[in-house]
Amino acid sequence: MAEPALQPTPGRRFAVRRIPGFATIAAVSFVLLYAPIATLVAYAFNAGDSIALWEGFSLRWFAVAWGNELVQEATVRSLVVAASASAVATAVATMAALGTTRTAPFPGGMLIYALINQPLMVPEIVTAVALLIVFAMVKIATGYSGLGYLIAAHAAFCVPFAYLPIRARLEGMDLSYETAAADLYATPWQTFRRITLPLMSPGIVAGSMLAFVISLDDVVITEFVKSAGQDTLPTYMLGQLRRAVTPEVNAISTALLAVTVLLLSAFFVLNRQRR
Amino acid sequence: MAGAPAPGRSGEAAARAARIRRNWLLAAPALLLLLLAASGPLLVVVVYSVLEPAEYSGVVWELSGEGWFRVLFHRDIFDETVGLADAHLTIFWRSASISLLTTIITLLLGFPTAYFIATRPPRQRTLWLFLVTIPFWTNLLIRTFAIMEVVRNQGILNSWAMAAGIIETPIQILYTDTAVLIGMVYVYLPLMVLPLYAAMERLDFRLVEAAYDLYASRWRVLTRVIVPLVKPGIVAGSILVFIPSLGAYVTPRVLGGGKNMMISNLIELQFGEGRNWPLGAALSMTLLAFVMLALLFYVRNMSRLERRG
Amino acid sequence: MQEAIGRAGAPIDGGRSAAERVMVEARSVSKHFGGGDQVVKALDAVSVGIREGEFFTLLGPSGCGKTTLLRLIAGFEHPTMGAILLDGADISALPPYKRPVNTVFQSYALFPHLTVADNIGFGLQMLGRPKAEIADTVDEMLRMVKMEAMRDRQTAQLSGGQQQRVALARALAPRPKVLLLDEPLSALDLKLRKEMQVELKRLQLETGITFVFVTHDQGEALAMSDRIAVMSEGRILQVGSPHEIYEHPADHFVASFIGETNFLTAAVEGIEAGQVRLRLGGALEVRAGLPEGMTPGERVTVVVRPEHLRIEAAGAGAGLPATVGDVVYLGTDTHYHLRLADGEALFARVQNRPEGGDGWQAGDAVAATFPPSAVRVLRD
Repeated sequence: MAEPALQPTPGRRFAVRRIPGFATIAAVSFVLLYAPIATLVAYAFNAGDSIALWEGFSLRWFAVAWGNELVQEATVRSLVVAASASAVATAVATMAALGTTRTAPFPGGMLIYALINQPLMVPEIVTAVALLIVFAMVKIATGYSGLGYLIAAHAAFCVPFAYLPIRARLEGMDLSYETAAADLYATPWQTFRRITLPLMSPGIVAGSMLAFVISLDDVVITEFVKSAGQDTLPTYMLGQLRRAVTPEVNAISTALLAVTVLLLSAFFVLNRQRR
Repeated sequence: MAGAPAPGRSGEAAARAARIRRNWLLAAPALLLLLLAASGPLLVVVVYSVLEPAEYSGVVWELSGEGWFRVLFHRDIFDETVGLADAHLTIFWRSASISLLTTIITLLLGFPTAYFIATRPPRQRTLWLFLVTIPFWTNLLIRTFAIMEVVRNQGILNSWAMAAGIIETPIQILYTDTAVLIGMVYVYLPLMVLPLYAAMERLDFRLVEAAYDLYASRWRVLTRVIVPLVKPGIVAGSILVFIPSLGAYVTPRVLGGGKNMMISNLIELQFGEGRNWPLGAALSMTLLAFVMLALLFYVRNMSRLERRG
Repeated sequence: MQEAIGRAGAPIDGGRSAAERVMVEARSVSKHFGGGDQVVKALDAVSVGIREGEFFTLLGPSGCGKTTLLRLIAGFEHPTMGAILLDGADISALPPYKRPVNTVFQSYALFPHLTVADNIGFGLQMLGRPKAEIADTVDEMLRMVKMEAMRDRQTAQLSGGQQQRVALARALAPRPKVLLLDEPLSALDLKLRKEMQVELKRLQLETGITFVFVTHDQGEALAMSDRIAVMSEGRILQVGSPHEIYEHPADHFVASFIGETNFLTAAVEGIEAGQVRLRLGGALEVRAGLPEGMTPGERVTVVVRPEHLRIEAAGAGAGLPATVGDVVYLGTDTHYHLRLADGEALFARVQNRPEGGDGWQAGDAVAATFPPSAVRVLRD
């Protein structure tokens, strides 16, 4: 009797992990997440004056934004505040991380941790109001009304964002390196400078980048703390949104978006290399 | 001489004291900065909430219960009767319900999304996470503005609905509660996905296989196995969405116009046209109290969940 | 000759002549962790003296305190009580970077952001030596551990064995008075381990530096050491040369930790001229020497190493009557598990001969014989 030709077994593999409908909802979510941004970016290139009526491709709104003095001022101010705040926050957070990580529990340790992370827990509007009140008093007392208030406020709420990556990096660092350095005659300061600091640096870089982005992004606290005419880019845009909106806002948003994506990609790539 | 305890013991205690001193010194700059520009000012707010409002802005340094009183109550200017401050209550109710709805909707959308990412092959996952993260890091204002574009009368939703013949005139979505809700869901969706993903990534799918082996249907597996195992992620995501959305400012301001206020807009009003700084201070403290309560609830639940294993 | 176990106050010596200089001394050192009723006594009034130029090993199971003692010598922990002396001077309060003592860590702890050469030269750099001197010393060290080709590599690219050699070179470069080694070979595979044991011994003889070596592997300790301190639960139980520790274990723990051994109870029948007459297993009479200063009770415990036992036909002369239980063939030896008349167990290791064994099988009645010198009385 002839043997039947071998056929593959009919039927499909049972997909353990598949839950019906989930992939669809996920797809919908992704579309929902990106569609608004995509529209916004698209209309930045609109030749017309409307943010909803497409009239052809043009880069004119980028030019308008670029030439707009108010935008230029606001951008510079944003960058100055972000850079200064990030620098201060990172320096301060590095020291705090060194004092609170890889050490046996000590009295007040929990309190310090809570205070440092306080901006993450308190709603921004509450902090904004508090700073408005306090800085108003200081303004009356000293007459100073420069960027100092903004930088101080930004530095403060950026501290936890700088602190957490630095702390994470420090906690992952084996104490044995510093022990070995001390064994090899390095004083505590030499150990810090030659061993601890270089090994910490990826965390410090990550922390400062995070602080920079957070400061750049801030709307609420800046809106309340700034003096008249002291717009940052986000507060300028907020002001524009209350009036007649033109694609200039789209153009600025697209530019900001591009910067964020670039910084984020750099962050991701850096992190992967460090493995 | 051998066996002497004195030098050894005090040396140890001295080393410990030195270490504690060093830790405090290192943390001092951060603490100082935060006390001056974050925590300290909160105390000033508490003080301001019990002072007398000045005529244009600021306060008169006299004790007064006006601020706290006006949070919930309202004194009729004509006949001095005391009643509930309806406007305020509406705003509290709106904030609470929008926050709750936001949490629920982001959970319904975010759960499948996180699950989807967690079930991709490991190499792909970083890419998907990256795609979820980009909107998260985009400026809040930009995101809110994007929704504004979608939702306004000449925006996508209305244009397509009219083009498809579903409606004839544009529906007014912008400057309604619905717009605010859409905006909040849009802004907070990534914040729900990320902790959910973290919990799902740790899910041991062999447990799912065991459930199927024991005659569970797909639905049962979802409700009886997957959801309970991922519960810490659900709780974390919910808190991460609910608490910030209570204090949301930008989204209700841009999408709600001046009319559909949430708590933070009400607070802002007192420092602008409302001209009642003490009331603004009292409202801030109320919001803070609710947030702290929610956080406490979260912490207590997380430790209970962790203890159960 | 047996060595005295460390007691509070008395410095230790024995074995070689007392003219040998003591390089590292622990005087009644205790280290307590934790507080209140949860105190953990990692070290309990430990005293020991390590001589200049010797290869000294701290041997014991996990948790016995050997690493703690090493860390106290290095300066990473502070003694709760007692003192640590280096070359006669009390260094208990000195921080580690002021002690001329270097450590080879169990995890190697090579600085990942520095090259091999930079790692090796680190200690000299910290001491402020001139660049030329550092370069010369680094070259010399690289030659000594045979790693010249890896000079400019990043340490993460090295294999385990290579990292270990770099760690060694790094610790030796500053020419310390004492080199501490914390289980440095535990991460290596067997073959590499044996090679490194020979290497380490050679290095120690070549440089003449005092080595203090920590391990839980008794074979390693026996192979490499000039003297061994056997530790358990925060105390030193015995200090002596490998031969002394093996042949004359001071107590139950040392006897069972080092090598394998048989414990038998013996009835004391009399004491004559410094020797004690014992009756083993109810049948055999034996004479054995007593440990110094010991006054035996009615019964004592004796130890006999399994390789000293021979198995002969039952009734053959002076031997313990026994029945064969399990027979385990192991290539080089055959292990016989015997049971004596009174129920005690005996374990014999007989080397296999090319012409074949005696063919004892389970159930056979035999006699276990051994030379009288193989019997050691254990201190209570």
